[in-house]
Amino acid sequence: MLLIVLLPLIFAFFIPFINKRKEKIHTGYFVLAIPLVIFIYFARHLGTDFEPITQHFAWIPSLHISFDFYLDGLSLLFVLLISGIGSLVTLYSIFYLDKSERLGHFYIYLLMFMSAMLGVVLSDNVFVLYTFWELTSISSFLLIGYWHFNERSRYGALKSMLITVIGGLSMLGGFILLSNITGTTSIQGILSESEMILNHSYLPLIMGLLILGAFTKSAQFPFHIWLPDAMEAPTPVSAYLHSATMVKAGIYLVARMSPLFHGYDWFFIVVGGIGILTLCWASFLAIKQTDLKGILAFSTISQLGMIMTMLGIGTEVAVFAAMFHILNHATFKGSLFMIAGIIDHETGTRDIRKLGGLMTLLPISATLAFFGTFSMAGVPLPFLNGFYSKELFFESTLHGSEYSASFAMFIQHILPWLAVFGSIFTFIYSMYFVFGVFRGKAKIEQLPKKPHEAPIGMLISPIVLIIGVIVIGLFPTIVNSPLLAHAAYAVSGVHEEHHIAYWHGLDAKFLMSLAVVGIGTVLFMTKKKWETLYQKLPTRWTFNRLYDQFVTKIEPFSATITKGYMTGSLRLYTQLIVVAMFIVSIFTLVTSDGFAFLTADPSEIKISELLVAVMMVVAAIGTIVARNNVAAILILGVVGYGLSILFVIYRAPDLALTQLVIETITVALFLLCFYHLPKMKPKQDTVRTKLLNAAISIGFGTLLTLVAISSHSSKWFPSISEYFIETSHTLGGGDNVVNVILVDMRGLDTLFEITVLGIAALGIYSLIKIRRNKEVD
Amino acid sequence: MEIIMSILAGILFTAGIYNLLQKQLIRIIIGTGLLSHGAHLFILTMGGLTDGKPPILTDHDSHNYVDPLPQALILTSIVISFGVTSLLLVLAYRAAKENETDNMDQLRGNDYE
Repeated sequence: MLLIVLLPLIFAFFIPFINKRKEKIHTGYFVLAIPLVIFIYFARHLGTDFEPITQHFAWIPSLHISFDFYLDGLSLLFVLLISGIGSLVTLYSIFYLDKSERLGHFYIYLLMFMSAMLGVVLSDNVFVLYTFWELTSISSFLLIGYWHFNERSRYGALKSMLITVIGGLSMLGGFILLSNITGTTSIQGILSESEMILNHSYLPLIMGLLILGAFTKSAQFPFHIWLPDAMEAPTPVSAYLHSATMVKAGIYLVARMSPLFHGYDWFFIVVGGIGILTLCWASFLAIKQTDLKGILAFSTISQLGMIMTMLGIGTEVAVFAAMFHILNHATFKGSLFMIAGIIDHETGTRDIRKLGGLMTLLPISATLAFFGTFSMAGVPLPFLNGFYSKELFFESTLHGSEYSASFAMFIQHILPWLAVFGSIFTFIYSMYFVFGVFRGKAKIEQLPKKPHEAPIGMLISPIVLIIGVIVIGLFPTIVNSPLLAHAAYAVSGVHEEHHIAYWHGLDAKFLMSLAVVGIGTVLFMTKKKWETLYQKLPTRWTFNRLYDQFVTKIEPFSATITKGYMTGSLRLYTQLIVVAMFIVSIFTLVTSDGFAFLTADPSEIKISELLVAVMMVVAAIGTIVARNNVAAILILGVVGYGLSILFVIYRAPDLALTQLVIETITVALFLLCFYHLPKMKPKQDTVRTKLLNAAISIGFGTLLTLVAISSHSSKWFPSISEYFIETSHTLGGGDNVVNVILVDMRGLDTLFEITVLGIAALGIYSLIKIRRNKEVD
Repeated sequence: MEIIMSILAGILFTAGIYNLLQKQLIRIIIGTGLLSHGAHLFILTMGGLTDGKPPILTDHDSHNYVDPLPQALILTSIVISFGVTSLLLVLAYRAAKENETDNMDQLRGNDYE
């Protein structure tokens, strides 16, 4: 299975070579073979006696990440949709895209997407699933931005990328939690630990993270905003990614994970509640759209909401209905997108206000559109598959499970009403779509192109899909036991051979369907009268606006923060560093009770040392108060000499010597440098700055004193210097222990200190000698 | 005595940091000088200021010497800080010469940084 999943990706490597000859043969013909092969490979598994198949390929065994593939009913349904619709879309794209387009890019992205999508639905390992999940986001981004010279395309691509990747990352968080809790990275392994997770305190977090991933991908409220903007993609892409496959990845995830949350009230509240909200909101907004693909985009969102609701309800009927509707939606929505593409291709516009009366001009497309839209609307006719799944949807809203939470009960009660409400609007926009385009007065002279029927190659794919609509409509049981029963079993764990029939008698769900059609027809007829309602909708607080505000404001916002402290002033940075050091050290000192004050073993205080110390203190303060730079330099010299006197007192002759010499040279250097510095009056700081600086430096000095005292007061081990003193003569052959340490025992230090001096000397030399001549530059 | 020396080192650090926060380049380098003096004193104090003979062996039986290891460390440190200070000084000299200012508030990167 690994090979078949990666087949499109491998083939994508050869596209550039094939594409060189695109003038003779359209690249799409070569690509077409790939999804067909995949479809045939997986179609073998169709049948009543299907058993799940597991395959294992090692990838990163040490992290328990491996290409584990698991093919059960649910995966099979999705795999067949991906490869089947993939073949039809490829065929359609051959006629849709001109040879002058960058076909190589298009098919590489498309094949990338196909691999990714197959990987998502077949992976059993959560991390592999996530990898493929992100690959679908990336390839979708590339496909939406296919016409990258178009501003709207780039906007749509970025928007979908941001939203789906945020969801993807949160999903990864959920996966990590799941695999940490259960100790396995296999989805089937995790599902078998359902009890453990249901009783775990992280349950709401895990569910929230996973559902966020699924909702962003499947364009659920309020993350639906990316899908209408993704319609800037070429129509084959919209038909494939944004109606049949990618947007169902979220559905797949919820379906796959729903055995985990079975019986959890909040799962029903969130998934069912948001699902029905999405259904109503998107179907309501679809009527407002004027772009054909815009209508279809909102329609897709609302249908996805409907499937999500059924998964949220989670009874056997609901799960079966969800699986059935996934299949049905893919058939009619795929064909409708292709028809929208044909209309766009043949008339030059997708604006429904300019279109009309195309029935006689595009008779085949019109026929196909009638079947597609009526199926989408769920009109009770025995040859439309949409009707069956819609009726099952009504049935599942009527008979939900029992919930303990009162809020869940409340949603349970209003669910049928909302379902009818959403379906009425679904009916209206379906009619609006088909009658707006094909009926009415033809405005041929207004159209950019003179319309005529599409080439037969372009029509094949929608015809195949509409044949699917009709065949499933006429014989709904043929997809039942070989495919849907297995898929529903994978989700609900119950073998159900649901009996689908057109006529159940005049029961509640049929009455609901009739009500939808009746009220829908009336509302559609009177659409002109209540259409003004849409103009009254608030435009200020839409989610699109929120997103735009977020994207445009976040950059200036972070720039303001960065500019707030990255002022370019080194003084400010020094202040911040010192203050941070102070805070962290004091905090550590206080919390760890680190301060100690011990006077057990001090050396005695001598007057001479005290005098030197006082002199150094005076000198140190003198460097600050001295107005004159020369004075400051000389006073610094006093500190250095004071230190060398201290070295003498504390019996460090080598140090005293070195300090004396070096201090002399340094002071000389300072004076030399000072002589060349520009003669400018330094501007004085304000008193506030001075006080702040004084506070910072006094704080730091106090801190260091405290650290010194407390570290001196807590000595735990004797020094190792006894060894140096003992062996200096015998091993080192010298009597000056300090020098023996420097060149013999710790000679490496000295070597590199010599290197430091050498580098400093070279640096000084090059600073003075090497100049970039400004005139030459 | 260690406590007095600790306080002295603290005062040297205080003065060093205050100088570091000044505007003029030369004052900043004076600050680094004070900081390194403070650090050297700090090391010496931490090694202990107990009485003893200088660590030059005259009498092989006696063990009453001061700790030689901090001295070796300080010696290394003095030389390194000297190297760094002299490089800093020349850098300051060149920077002031090129930019015709030694005011830290005026020394900024250009707009592209």
